Amino acid sequence: MDQTFLAIVFGPCDKCSKEKPLRPVSVKSEQRSYCSLCVEMMATEGLHENETLASLKSEAESLKGKLEEERAKLHDVELHQVAERVEALGQFVMKTRRTLKGHGNKVLCMDWCKDKRRIVSSSQDGKVIVWDSFTTNKEHAVTMPCTWVMACAYAPSGCAIACGGLDNKCSVYPLTFEKNENMAAKKKSVAMHTNYLSACSFTNSDMQILTASGDGTCALWDVESGQLLQSFHGHGADVLCLDLAPSETGNTFVSGGCDKKAMVWDMRSGQCVQSFETHDSDINSVRYYPSGDAFASGSDDATCRLYDLRADREVAIYSKESIIFGASSVDFSLSGRLLFAGYNDYTINVWDVLKGSRVSILFGHENRVSTLRVSPDGTAFCSGSWDHTLRIWA
Amino acid sequence: MAQDMTEKELLKMELDQLKKEVKNERQMVSKTGKEIKEYIESMAGEDPLLKGVPEDKNPFKEKGGCTIS
Repeated sequence: MDQTFLAIVFGPCDKCSKEKPLRPVSVKSEQRSYCSLCVEMMATEGLHENETLASLKSEAESLKGKLEEERAKLHDVELHQVAERVEALGQFVMKTRRTLKGHGNKVLCMDWCKDKRRIVSSSQDGKVIVWDSFTTNKEHAVTMPCTWVMACAYAPSGCAIACGGLDNKCSVYPLTFEKNENMAAKKKSVAMHTNYLSACSFTNSDMQILTASGDGTCALWDVESGQLLQSFHGHGADVLCLDLAPSETGNTFVSGGCDKKAMVWDMRSGQCVQSFETHDSDINSVRYYPSGDAFASGSDDATCRLYDLRADREVAIYSKESIIFGASSVDFSLSGRLLFAGYNDYTINVWDVLKGSRVSILFGHENRVSTLRVSPDGTAFCSGSWDHTLRIWA
Repeated sequence: MAQDMTEKELLKMELDQLKKEVKNERQMVSKTGKEIKEYIESMAGEDPLLKGVPEDKNPFKEKGGCTIS
């Protein structure tokens, strides 16, 4: 009679450390030795883990369906139907009125000063420049210790700027008018994230800053102490943009991310109050509509959309079959009738917010438009591009 | 941080958020859309990019041709 003997290894189990007969097991292409009890336990755990994940997924799907149903009940008309009798817009003549040259690489972000004339911009080359847009003169310049300064913002007082990017921080620089100003010396580190800073904005005062990061969170910071006042968790991936609600509307802000979601947050509680997931790709830009009752978004899916906060749904899509490149940046004209959007195909499209149609297409930049903001009094808008320049249009 | 969360934790976070949102109050688009339209119409007259501004009034239109107050 043939007898085949299995060589039994006796020793400490790799999992429970008890001295037992061991079985060889491959875990993620590594050889381990476990006792039979541990092998059985892991098999059952694995099963449970998969079941839990699957049941969570199906619960999420069914809740999303329910949310859609609730929203659909109030979707009695389209926005453009409401606006049927509104007069159509005529031809627009908007031209580049100023070109700001001086950055050595891609312009990534810009912001207007409340004085409606100064502008701060930041670039891949690590430089942050403050310009007088009337004269195109550079008034201040500072070199950051990192490249890709993806975010910059002007303080409400006009006396400081904030910026950050691959350094994972948001730093504040006071602006002085000393002859040999050394901006870097006065730098104050305020925010610390665990991944890149994608957006920043002062709140109503110079004292607080709101930040968005590649680490998936947004945060509110006290500028003086650098203390974290509130953090906002909810995005499932990098947060790329944020915008504060107009002060009359109260303490909320909207953020957009790589998880295709736009989320509206209560700044005091840290809670997300509403979220929208209708884009097919990353949301690069979000901007509140002037009254605060809606916001627009621009996405890599080549569309811009309008979300009505009180109807709790998307109410307009601004798109064309011929537009296939992502929208990087959006902003409204003063009344909210026009939506300006910068695209990765180097153009700026001007949309009729009510009717959903494009009213103008602006050419000029020689590379992607990465940032766009309308001036505080609505007389002009500024666009920044990977072509190293900024343009003022009016 | 989203980058440190497991798939399960991310799903749980999403689920909790969805459960809250289903209960939100909503209004009819016919009502809210109308209010958006009315806001625009009330502000349109003061919108420089919409209505256009005479060359001599807009600081950006005439380079070096205006006084700074």
